[in-house]
Amino acid sequence: MDFSYVIWIPALPLISFLLLGLFNRYFRKEPVAGYVGVASLGTAWVLALYTAWKYFFEVGLQNGQYVPFTPFKWEWIHFTDKLSIDMGILLDPISVMMLVVVTTISFMVHIYSIGYMHGDEGFARFYAYLSLFSFSMLSLVLASNIFQIYIFWELVGVSSFLLIGYYFVKPSAIAAAKKAFIVTRFADFFFLVGILMIGYFVGTFDIETLNSEGTIAWIAQHPGPVFMGLSVVTWALILIFVGGAGKSAMFPLHIWLPDAMEGPTPVSALIHAATMVVAGVYLVARMFPLFYHTGDGFALRVVASVGTFSALFAAIIALTQEDIKRVLAYSTMSQIGYMMMALGVSGYEGVEGLGYMAGMFHLFTHAMFKALLFLIAGVVIHAVHSNLMKDMGGLHKYMPIASWTFLIAALAISGIPPMAGFYSKDEILHAAFEYSFIIWLTGFLVAGLTAFYMFRLYFRIFHNGTREYHHRPKEDSRAMTGPLIFLAVLTLTVGWVFTPFSEYVTPTRVPFHYHIHWGSPLVLGSMAIALTGILAAYFFYYKPTEYPQKVARAFGITYKWAKDKFYMDELYLFVTKRIIFDKISKPAAWFDRNVVDGMMDALGNTTVWISNRIKGLQSGRLQEYGIYFVYGVVVLIMVFYFLNF
Amino acid sequence: MDILTLFVVVPTLTVLALVFTKNLRQARVTALAGMLVQLLMAFHLVWKYMNDRAAGATDLMLYVKDKVWFPDWNIHYYIGVDGISVLMIMLTSLIVVAGIFVSWKIDDLPKEFFISLIALATGVFGFFISLDLFTMFVFYEIAVIPMYLLIGIWGSGPREYAAMKLTLMLMGASALLLVAILGIYFHSSPDGHYTFNVLEIAKHANLSPAMQKIFFPLAFIGFGTIGALFPFHTWSPDGHSSAPTAVSMLHAGVLMKLGGYGIFRVAMYLMPQGTVFWTNFFLVLAVIGVVYGAYAAIQQTDLKYINAYSSVSHLGLVLFGLLMLNKVAWNGAMLQSLSHGFITALFFALIGMIYGRTHTRDVRQMRGLLKIIPFLATAYVIAGLANLGLPGFSGFVAEMNIFMGGFLNNSLYKQIMTVLAVSSIVVTAVYILRVVGMMLMGPPKEEHKGLPKAQWFEKTAVYILIFFIAAIGTMPWWWLKFIIPSVEQFLKPFM
Repeated sequence: MDFSYVIWIPALPLISFLLLGLFNRYFRKEPVAGYVGVASLGTAWVLALYTAWKYFFEVGLQNGQYVPFTPFKWEWIHFTDKLSIDMGILLDPISVMMLVVVTTISFMVHIYSIGYMHGDEGFARFYAYLSLFSFSMLSLVLASNIFQIYIFWELVGVSSFLLIGYYFVKPSAIAAAKKAFIVTRFADFFFLVGILMIGYFVGTFDIETLNSEGTIAWIAQHPGPVFMGLSVVTWALILIFVGGAGKSAMFPLHIWLPDAMEGPTPVSALIHAATMVVAGVYLVARMFPLFYHTGDGFALRVVASVGTFSALFAAIIALTQEDIKRVLAYSTMSQIGYMMMALGVSGYEGVEGLGYMAGMFHLFTHAMFKALLFLIAGVVIHAVHSNLMKDMGGLHKYMPIASWTFLIAALAISGIPPMAGFYSKDEILHAAFEYSFIIWLTGFLVAGLTAFYMFRLYFRIFHNGTREYHHRPKEDSRAMTGPLIFLAVLTLTVGWVFTPFSEYVTPTRVPFHYHIHWGSPLVLGSMAIALTGILAAYFFYYKPTEYPQKVARAFGITYKWAKDKFYMDELYLFVTKRIIFDKISKPAAWFDRNVVDGMMDALGNTTVWISNRIKGLQSGRLQEYGIYFVYGVVVLIMVFYFLNF
Repeated sequence: MDILTLFVVVPTLTVLALVFTKNLRQARVTALAGMLVQLLMAFHLVWKYMNDRAAGATDLMLYVKDKVWFPDWNIHYYIGVDGISVLMIMLTSLIVVAGIFVSWKIDDLPKEFFISLIALATGVFGFFISLDLFTMFVFYEIAVIPMYLLIGIWGSGPREYAAMKLTLMLMGASALLLVAILGIYFHSSPDGHYTFNVLEIAKHANLSPAMQKIFFPLAFIGFGTIGALFPFHTWSPDGHSSAPTAVSMLHAGVLMKLGGYGIFRVAMYLMPQGTVFWTNFFLVLAVIGVVYGAYAAIQQTDLKYINAYSSVSHLGLVLFGLLMLNKVAWNGAMLQSLSHGFITALFFALIGMIYGRTHTRDVRQMRGLLKIIPFLATAYVIAGLANLGLPGFSGFVAEMNIFMGGFLNNSLYKQIMTVLAVSSIVVTAVYILRVVGMMLMGPPKEEHKGLPKAQWFEKTAVYILIFFIAAIGTMPWWWLKFIIPSVEQFLKPFM
């Protein structure tokens, strides 16, 4: 099978970006730019589905194992005979799955934005950025070389920067864009050092070679220098994970994600919910064999701990937020924590690899329902012109499509069968239970919290009594409601109808089937906690009640801490402003002007001073010269006399 | 006449022709015509060089020409080029042309301005082709002296102070350099047949290790001063901020490259043992330059100061790459020289254009320029992204080669130094985005509304520079084809 056409999947958005970017002025007439973007992504989407079909059902499976295809690989920068940056395409179950995820969501967002961005003066610019992002993200997931991942990692970062700062006259958007870029860049520094370490100590950047048994065995035999009891390759993997944690908004590098909601809502759906933020998960999954086998899987335990903590941390904050996009942002962080946790607890061979499989499956289902949630949030915000829940309520009457699709998505994220989220969440909890009770318990709690805050959102937006609106809210654009319905259908069905991703994406690429034991306490328990969360939200928020305030008061200061996001932003501000700016940067600038340069000036001034002092000697008066001459002779005679020449 | 000598003759003739021009229009057209010829010659040279190499020319230097200039001291006019100098010549011609476009409307003494500018360029071209230490030194001085006039006469702010400081520091450095050159000369032969010829000195390798240890630091600091080596970089912020736009472009874009180039060609090539002896020491200075330059840039409010410190940081990487003494890092250092040349020239060009409109270079005084002058502001964003090492632009490939090369050293010390240098990518992002956020984004200021949009000559300059920044960033292999064979030759003494 010749997969070389796959190059067109990233190439089409690239062409659309170049077209819209370079010839921006010819696309001023509004919908044309949108059509260019939609056409390129639509074609890419069809190609991606075709590839998935071919790969999963026709040519991929050979002797019971999915084989990788490398239809295209080309050396971009040659370092040494073994080390090079290649631009290539690697098709294997994860990348094909990611291809489907990215093109589907991106295609939907492209359609949706025709309605959402209607009337915006930067329409063509918006589509250019979206295409740039799609190109970079697709090239990232197809990468065959870890340095290639890094390259497109940076490019998705900059697209994210441009799109968060899309409304660049708003100071809050500027600050958010800067913050997102700098925080992720800080994480990328570790990522890059990790890559350099892999390059030096392992000697290849090629992903297939890195993950091969030969390399893993070689690393086991050559552990290299040891620092703090961990081998250097383990450190490299931890550093790479830090890069992934930055992009995936894991604690403590998550602070940029909530602020990133300053971008237009379709952007939040595409980049900050479904695709870019899961790049960290993808990265760990991509290098999973290395993570699992190196240094007794220590790096993987770091992944599990960070993921589990982030899942809980974000879920707690999500309970208290008032801005609907921020609730969704913390929810995203929490769900990504879930995926990281799943990867972290996973084994390797056969059914042991359940965590990995579940994590990837959750990535897939989460992309569908979280993008859906954001797109609905966009419809709602568009209709009521506010992000805050207090400005909403009773919208079910006005916006039935939004309301029903939101309900489906909320049920999915809470893990109620037969929605997509139920299957993936259940598998994750199962895998966690096999690994560690504490991690399972945390995941279990998070499931309950998730159900509660999602339905808090649902009831407060769409029910919670009735209210009067200045303008009657409505769903006016079919470009916007169409994608909602499409994604809602996917959310309803991907869990059980058409599910290659729940079985085919495994660490060893050997597919296996996982049966859900409907009667087992684990499954019933996770359903029960989800229902508890939903019911609690129902009693609190279906109608306006006094309960929320009472509970908030009961929690007292804890509630305030959660609402203020545990002061992480303030901590970061303290470090950057008070320490880096005031204690490093300012002294550096001062030192340069006053000490380093001062020395140069002093040198110059001393010369001037000395010359001023001695210039009087050259007076031109012969008598003075005569006197100096006589003095000189006298001094010399005395010197010679005393030195006994 | 051979094709290399033309690179000195054409600018000289242009200078002579400029003497007879009467007004701005004539002067700029003459200067442009001369430098366009030069640019075509540079492209031709690149083309010819590529073909000759492909046809199997294996000499270290091509198009060599030798003429005795001063027989008593065995000084020759000895010229020749390898891949690196070919690229440097192309860089220089492009930036000079862009600089002429940027100075299209200079109204103060236009004739004299263009004469000085092109005289400076003559020195740079001569420096890049010469292979005789003395000739090289002469051209170096020719390049430095017009700078005094250009800043002192057409500059802004405390221009006399800046011009004096720049010239004195560079002269001081060239005094050290001269000592080193004479030292090399007088130890180039055991039997009194002294020579300034770089290739011969390297071939015979008569310089004893003890002498190398003495003269290497002199040569390194001598060249390093113009390459913004910490702590001898302080002429650069003052000089750049006072210099007129085209001069800043040429100075940061080309003249500062003489430092790294000279270190590579003279200091390291002729004194390998000295290099190895001093590497770890100068590595500290280079890393300090990289990191400290970036931190110092965060605090600046004058656009030109920001970019001057940014240059300290990025040229620190050139020196850093050179000191890593392996192929990958040297490739990176050469790419970084080119990359920084284009990026920083673009920066200074844009700063000049923005200053010409808003009459301020203080970032705090400007806001929302993306709405008012979208072309220039977008170009500034692109320059910024290129400067912070975004893939697809030249900075990325150069830095990655340098970092990779640094890390490939089998020495924990050098690897730790590399990690420190890598950390500058974060700080760079901070100072770039700070400017973008403050100056380009946000609501536009009332008094800036209605500023004129970019004109054709400004756009031409910007397009030329962006084109090459993207060309290096997307097609590094094409540029490396020139660099790698030469670098391999120059690495031989270290093998």
